[in-house]
Amino acid sequence: MKIHIKNGRLVDPQNGVDAVRDLYVAAGKIAGVGSRPGGFTPNRVIDATGLVVCPGLVDLAARLREPGFEYKATLESEMRAAVAGGVTSLACPPDTDPPLDEPGLVEMLKYKAKILNQAHVYPVGALTQGLKGERLTEMAELRDAGCIAYSHADEPLTDTLVLMRALQYAATFGFSVWLRPEDAFLVRRGVAHDGEVAARLGLAGIPAVAETVALARILQLARETGARVHLCRVSSAEGVDMVRGAKERGLPVSCDVSINHVYLSEMDIGFFDSNAHLIPPLRTARDRDALREGLRSGTIDALCSDHTPVDDDAKQIPFGESEAGATGLELLLPLALKWAEECGVSLQQALAKVTHAPARIMGIDAGHLSPGATADVCVFDPDAWWRVEPGALLSQGKNTPFAGLEMRGQVRFTLVGGHIVFEA
Amino acid sequence: MQANPQLDKEGKLQHLLSIEGLPAPVLTQILDTAASFVGVTEREVKKVPLLRGKAIFNLFFEPSTRTRTTFEIAAKRLSADVVNLNISTSSQTKGESLLDTIDNLSAMHADMFIVRHAESGAPYLIARHLRPGIHVINAGDGRHAHPTQALLDMYTIRHYKKEFRDLRVAIVGDLLHSRVARSQVHALSILGVPEIRVVAPKTLLPAQVERLGVHVFHDMAEGLRDVDVVLMLRLQNERMQGALLPSAQEYFKYYGLTPDKLARARPDAIVMHPGPMNRGVEIDSAVADGPQSVILPQVTFGIAVRMAVMSILAGSSPPAAND
Amino acid sequence: MSAADLPDAETLVRRLLEQLREVIGPETALVGIRTGGAWLAERLHRELGIGVPLGTLDVSFYRDDYERRGLKTDVKPSEIPFDVEGRDILLIDDVLYTGRTIRAAVNELFDYGRPARIRLATLVDRGGRELPVAAAFVGAVISLPGGENINLERDAEGRFRLSVMRP
Repeated sequence: MKIHIKNGRLVDPQNGVDAVRDLYVAAGKIAGVGSRPGGFTPNRVIDATGLVVCPGLVDLAARLREPGFEYKATLESEMRAAVAGGVTSLACPPDTDPPLDEPGLVEMLKYKAKILNQAHVYPVGALTQGLKGERLTEMAELRDAGCIAYSHADEPLTDTLVLMRALQYAATFGFSVWLRPEDAFLVRRGVAHDGEVAARLGLAGIPAVAETVALARILQLARETGARVHLCRVSSAEGVDMVRGAKERGLPVSCDVSINHVYLSEMDIGFFDSNAHLIPPLRTARDRDALREGLRSGTIDALCSDHTPVDDDAKQIPFGESEAGATGLELLLPLALKWAEECGVSLQQALAKVTHAPARIMGIDAGHLSPGATADVCVFDPDAWWRVEPGALLSQGKNTPFAGLEMRGQVRFTLVGGHIVFEA
Repeated sequence: MQANPQLDKEGKLQHLLSIEGLPAPVLTQILDTAASFVGVTEREVKKVPLLRGKAIFNLFFEPSTRTRTTFEIAAKRLSADVVNLNISTSSQTKGESLLDTIDNLSAMHADMFIVRHAESGAPYLIARHLRPGIHVINAGDGRHAHPTQALLDMYTIRHYKKEFRDLRVAIVGDLLHSRVARSQVHALSILGVPEIRVVAPKTLLPAQVERLGVHVFHDMAEGLRDVDVVLMLRLQNERMQGALLPSAQEYFKYYGLTPDKLARARPDAIVMHPGPMNRGVEIDSAVADGPQSVILPQVTFGIAVRMAVMSILAGSSPPAAND
Repeated sequence: MSAADLPDAETLVRRLLEQLREVIGPETALVGIRTGGAWLAERLHRELGIGVPLGTLDVSFYRDDYERRGLKTDVKPSEIPFDVEGRDILLIDDVLYTGRTIRAAVNELFDYGRPARIRLATLVDRGGRELPVAAAFVGAVISLPGGENINLERDAEGRFRLSVMRP
């Protein structure tokens, strides 16, 4: 299959390209940029006039819910959602049922994803067995099965010695450990940021110090063990400050934030809207602004969807009992564009946050359009407006705090490995 | 974002879920109507035919005989038919969901639900789910709100103090876990009380409580100085676990209402408590049974206030299609 | 009917007073229906020099249009400061129309006790009855098209005046 994408605005942040250039795809690879390779006769020509042609998006956190939670979503439904959102590579957290703590489970997931032939799936292995925070997993075996990193998802890892040992062991092999900073004791039964809104609504609070206390512990251990640590879903202004300080002192940490936390605050809980029940909790407008600025300045390296499909039965119950999480794969691109527009960030810089920056964190060769690279491409209309109708989302998770909002930027074509896997 | 379901487009009360956001005239109308019902409850026949033929479901997901009984009496005095349902949360998790339960009861032609639930916000979920014309009264949800309790407290304050605008009111105790306190703070400020104080140790105050418009005191003697009204809160025994407080004895010593602490308040100050009281933990019997206590009148007024809320809500149903 | 065609309210009050003087006993109690009837009862009570304290009813809790109109926003307490049991009661209203208000008032009175007798006095009977209700004492009978309403007003000096309200 040879594809010629012509007249599009090619934006390739890794290569510093933002210009109208044609893209040539052959044998699953990028065959040429700007100039037609010799003897290239396309089977298909895509006219991308007025459209943006960029690397396929790379998402650091997308829960596919397999194995174990197929009633919430299936690999099939979520992979369709991914490519509809222009996402061609995604990392999936280990909090499946059972958790991704055995090579067999990882191989099965990779295999099932491969035969669907849609986005590339990169499992993140469990850091401890059963995510119980007691015994280490066979990290090297998991790596051989296809894990790109190890994490504890949203499960508490309270024993500091276990955390230190896990980081030491990962550092032995140069593995990357992804941790969401949160002190389980300070969370307890909390369901919302411990601030004005939780006080008013009588919701049990999760203070910002739950994040900073845990961050301090992780940063000290990262320095001590030399492990490569990636910090997931930072949520507070103080947290952003600490990450900046750590980076300034030369600690090799990276950091991401979810699309939800870049736009929303505790106020969006309104009158107990369980769609705004998220992990970590939505914090104050000041925190949100610090996250947006942190993303701009580079303290926060990447933006992710934190895609978490939840079934209706788990949302149509009182806020405190409802399951946290929101669907996000189909919203990652328009929300990245919206952030760029509102913060005066160039399109190139914005797309970097969802392409080559996350690819680098994952340690994969993706998120760029260099000749010879795997042809994972997203072609989108930057000016097309669409309305978030939960029923129309392809993800099985219809739960989103952005329901009813107008989004700008709509995917027209998604290519994975040189094949058109989505077309609208 | 989802809208507040308690007022309709014309600003008419459809549900009573929280005091927060209600206009002062709505609160005053409830208190005034309650005054008329107080007259009714003192008559030979303590009943009016207003809600004849209406079905009111007392839906208690958390046990509370006392509150359920006051709603039941109020509904019966309005001639409504009352059905009491105590649904333990354990049977809920095993079987049907909350909204399934509501659908089933709606099919039995309920006109109004009185809801008590351990989770903050549960009555909002129910109110949003119901078709128009079926009303919800929040009889206490988690730590969030207990609007009829706050209204009966306001009725009691108005009864003894006549006006709200010159009062100094102190709320004492476990504000962190108290739905009563949250509703009281909103009601007092909407009705124009210029100085609302809260008195509690830091472990029993919600984060940023001062953003609710209250003055925070940790020293009870200071907090009670020259106040006109003392609103005591109930302290649950389980607060002694979980490192919130060391012991009931120490709590009583520093935050229990004793005659000498009450002496700091104005001589005509009244003392209120939502009940049931923990004597010797948050309040001394000498105060609870003393001349400044208005705890029993609160209970009496509570019935009239609940009658008022029910009759205002049931009367705001949309007109029938053939009307 | 225009305001000029309406009878003078003060004349009607005097007419009513004459009729009532004949029938008042020492145990007779006056009960006015809010709002116009209560004003009128207050005046009659004073002028007739009645010993039993004046009663006032707010029939909001007994109305049959609650389903359609809801509760009015300014309900006032009813006050019956005498024992209704075995009492001779004169119920006072300003305008008698459908009879529904009187039905509500009679029902409410019975929730205070069992009176020996209830008679109705009204300043104006405008016809249009929907219930078998009749006044024993009437200031004037007027016929008015449906949809129009007569209203009793009281000025600062306590003088009465009738007016017509059109929808």
